[in-house]
Amino acid sequence: MNAELQPSTMAPHRPSRSPGAEAEASALPPARELESAVEATDFSFWYGSNQALDSISLTVPARKVTALIGPSGCGKSTFLRSINRMNDLIPGIRHEGDITLHGDSVYRNDRDVVQLRKSVGMVFQKSNPFPKSIYQNVAYGPKVNRLVRGRAEMDELVERSLRRAALWDEVKDRLDSSALGLSGGQQQRLCIARALAVSPEVILMDEPASALDPVATQKIEELIYELKHEYTILIVTHNMQQAARVSDYTAFFYMGRLIEMGRTQQLFTNPHEEQTEAYITGRFG
Amino acid sequence: MADSLSRRRRWTNRIMLTLTGVASVLILVPLTLILSYLMTAGSGAINIDFFTQLPAPVGEEGGGMVNALVGTLFLVLLAGALGLPIAVGAGIYLAEARKSPFANLVRFIADVMNGIPSIVTGIFVWAWIVLWMGRFSLLAGSVALAVMLIPMVTRTTEEMVRLVPRELREGGIALGFTRWRTTLGIVIPAARGGILTGILVALARISGETAPLLFTAFGNPFMEWRLNEPISALPLLIYQYAISPYDEWHRLAWAAALVLIALVLVISLLTRFLIKDPHRER
Repeated sequence: MNAELQPSTMAPHRPSRSPGAEAEASALPPARELESAVEATDFSFWYGSNQALDSISLTVPARKVTALIGPSGCGKSTFLRSINRMNDLIPGIRHEGDITLHGDSVYRNDRDVVQLRKSVGMVFQKSNPFPKSIYQNVAYGPKVNRLVRGRAEMDELVERSLRRAALWDEVKDRLDSSALGLSGGQQQRLCIARALAVSPEVILMDEPASALDPVATQKIEELIYELKHEYTILIVTHNMQQAARVSDYTAFFYMGRLIEMGRTQQLFTNPHEEQTEAYITGRFG
Repeated sequence: MADSLSRRRRWTNRIMLTLTGVASVLILVPLTLILSYLMTAGSGAINIDFFTQLPAPVGEEGGGMVNALVGTLFLVLLAGALGLPIAVGAGIYLAEARKSPFANLVRFIADVMNGIPSIVTGIFVWAWIVLWMGRFSLLAGSVALAVMLIPMVTRTTEEMVRLVPRELREGGIALGFTRWRTTLGIVIPAARGGILTGILVALARISGETAPLLFTAFGNPFMEWRLNEPISALPLLIYQYAISPYDEWHRLAWAAALVLIALVLVISLLTRFLIKDPHRER
């Protein structure tokens, strides 16, 4: 019965931003053929005795947007947080297998976690600006990591980061006022600017727009679209339209396993696996 | 059936609202009684002399309490200097270490210390410091007050640091900050208002303590500020004057009580002011 469903009945929710976008999307090669930024090999993960990830193997291509989708509790956020080792903060965790960043193991014993988290930035579901001024929110990371010398260089970096996060024009006249006075969408873009300021290669986004209204969401999505030219982006989302709109590749997680990964257009229109199809057509999850 | 149920609910709602309302009014009764009585009984004795003169000898009119005011100030400041670094540090540690066995032990001890009657603290400090130094002193009084201050501020600091959302801490960690940098640079500033409030409330509390000072600071009718000399304090003077047989001293005790309450009130207002963290407004 499922086989009778034609791909065309599952409309791909991919409003192209430019006429070229559609062509670009269909011309994408399979993820494995591209330069990889992050690669997981048989990666399993446990919270205490509770297994959250089961032998995940997947390749995240560099300078593309890869979406992780799946129902709640499927392990997509756990996987995301395994890449920059944010899960290290939780007691009682363990893992098997490995994740590499440009071929270098994230979990090797002498890995400098601080260095790792500098190259792998993160944006959270709930925007979490520091209770400081807008300027200080962006400047704090580079300051602590000693990335710039002098006030002028810092000013420039702050401006560049805010511009890249498409926030500069809205805040340039009130850089010294509290970041907590910004709207939810602005706060989230500030958090993106903050992540960009320490020059990461990979940006992890954990449902970055789930708490935002449609207008703010659109701004974040446009921003992701811009940023992928320079950064590798992984985005966890519950919103399948969003995955279809912003991502080049999509990985579908279910019960701790990777069911399928492929080009977003292909995965949404012609999934190989029945479970994927059932999920994206809204029959469960 | 459904109607009687909804009527019952409405009545329950009304009764509960009334009960809580009555409780709120009742809580104001002792406060207003104390304040109004203090105002009538104490304000008569308050004048410039009160704040500038030493106590007059028995039988003489006038005199003031400048020694007790200075004494309370010194005792509280020194107790803060001794106790606050320990208390705030321990509170931050408890919030960070959460469930470690050592943190649980420290937390338990802090709670036990919070429950120790203040007179026992006074005797303890008397046995350890006064006997060792061979004299009552400002130092001994401050240590006694610090011993009271530490568990209070430790626990409030812990609570306030814990209230900082996990997301904020993760934001720092995700930028490649070390744990101490995240705690000191992001978490503590976010909890600053709450920590300061806890500190001020505790300082207000100890500034009114009498029992720990009885065997430590002891009291002194003269101006004193040396560490190793006995020193006066407002609560000590109130106690001393209130149990005396002289009407003039009774009046001064009321005045001192009024000043003490005013001091606590000022600290409370200061707390309100400090809570308005410039980065917290929305």
